[in-house]
Amino acid sequence: MSKPEVLPIDFAVPVTAYAFNADRSQLAVCPNSNVLQIYQKSANTWTLSAELKEHDKLITSVDWAPQSNRIVTCSQDRNAYVWTFQAGQWKPTLVLLRINRSATFVRWSPLENKFAVASGARAIAVCSFDPESDWWVAKHIKKPLRSTVLSLDWHPNNVLLVAGSADSRARVFSAYIKDVDSKPAPSVWGERLPFNTICGEYASPASGWIHSVSFTPSGNAIAFVSHDSNLSIIYPTGVDNPPSVFNVRLASLPHTSVTFLTEDSLIAAGHDCQPMLYRLINNNSWEFVKSLDDATGASQSNKASVAGRLNNTAFNAFKAADSMGATGGVTGVGAGDTVLTTVHQNTITSVRPFAGVPGNITHVSTAGRDGKIVIWDINSGGSGIAGLVKETSQMGL
Amino acid sequence: MRIFSNTLRPYLGTVRASLTAALNLENFSSQIVERHNKPEIESKKSRELILQPLLITRTALEKVLIEPSVNSVRLSIKIKQADEIERILAHKFTRFMMMRAEGFVVLRRKAIEGYDISFLITNQQTEKLLKHKIVDFIIQFMEDVDKEISEMKLSLNARARIVAETYLTSFGN
Repeated sequence: MSKPEVLPIDFAVPVTAYAFNADRSQLAVCPNSNVLQIYQKSANTWTLSAELKEHDKLITSVDWAPQSNRIVTCSQDRNAYVWTFQAGQWKPTLVLLRINRSATFVRWSPLENKFAVASGARAIAVCSFDPESDWWVAKHIKKPLRSTVLSLDWHPNNVLLVAGSADSRARVFSAYIKDVDSKPAPSVWGERLPFNTICGEYASPASGWIHSVSFTPSGNAIAFVSHDSNLSIIYPTGVDNPPSVFNVRLASLPHTSVTFLTEDSLIAAGHDCQPMLYRLINNNSWEFVKSLDDATGASQSNKASVAGRLNNTAFNAFKAADSMGATGGVTGVGAGDTVLTTVHQNTITSVRPFAGVPGNITHVSTAGRDGKIVIWDINSGGSGIAGLVKETSQMGL
Repeated sequence: MRIFSNTLRPYLGTVRASLTAALNLENFSSQIVERHNKPEIESKKSRELILQPLLITRTALEKVLIEPSVNSVRLSIKIKQADEIERILAHKFTRFMMMRAEGFVVLRRKAIEGYDISFLITNQQTEKLLKHKIVDFIIQFMEDVDKEISEMKLSLNARARIVAETYLTSFGN
């Protein structure tokens, strides 16, 4: 049991995207802007070492290739860049995405010779490097996407891709590129896999947008979280048989991000501001096990620190508006001030593996809209779901 | 000390719970217009991005409509107006605030059809402000607006009485 470690960088703005490098000594963060910041760890502090400015709109996603040490970013300006570290500087390489709406999500393939960019143009651009012209070229997966693609994940075989989109479907595609990939071994997803083969299409149980998708470490199953507060885990059983589907109806608000720890456990986090652990019990049901947050974040810290956390300019502006609205004076706080007891004070935007080997992850990292990046030991936390509490001292009942 | 009437508490409780559930927003760039990012609930260009609206009614005169979408929520309130005076007061009160909408951050400049006041909460606001504080603010507003209007009505009546008394005493003498 160890306490979650909050990185000592206060962004004070939402972290829209982040990625660690291979040995976790560097961190790439987008602080809700068009600039990507690189932080370098030294002893207990993180110092800003570079700012990558090439995008002209919000950076929506970033991924750091662990072996080749390259960063890929994508943005709402419809572009993506691959950044390589040369002679002490990060050098951008343009990617010819050929999409005409915002790019929403990007991930390197496991072999790092391709990456996939999800977009609002109802397309996924699968990009590979063209050494002749020194840029990255894209091939599009278009059918049968009907809406913005919100997330992606690669199969360990470097060919299959799962995508979750706002038309409430998760689909498994083949992203096989002839000159780049070797022929993949047959798997549960099929045998012959030319580009754009649809290996599976799964709807969320109550037609919610699919916020995040993930392959298991072996790649033999997928999990996705949707806006209808469901977590679905799908085991395909060959092309002709119906897949076995597990749906977990959440007791909480929808999750926005999901990642597998082992074959039979996963972490999902989202609008309830805390990472939650789910596990396959007795091989026949997926169940909620615990929240990694023991919900003592606010109750242990004294009130001053809570006030400090809320003491940013935006909050003060909001408070001023609040008192303007309450023309009779703000003495009667009838509804009571609500306090959130979790470490994150706002929605968690992304949960990613931090330590351990694929298939046996021991630590995960989360980033939230409250500007925090937190590292969690998966053994931490209590049993229940932390929630909102009313601050009793101020309740005017 | 606030004394809740019997139906106000569950009403506000329902609004609070529904709004908490609806306020799960994300940054979502328009998939219709290139390089735009606008509240989907206002543009209403993509059907799949709009969720089912929720109507919470306390009485025929008082209701709240919550319209969620992927990156914005619109909340509209119909304030109780039992008689002509309350109608005038509510109109003046909401008009006063809507003219100063940018000061209130989440207030919409114009109420939607059939309601007195509307809030438009977008993902930018849930990023800058804490979500549970936005919910607190709306609930506080709903509580205060009723109190405010009934207070204004009382003082208006009291004033009318004083005026009438003064006027009539001049005849009595």
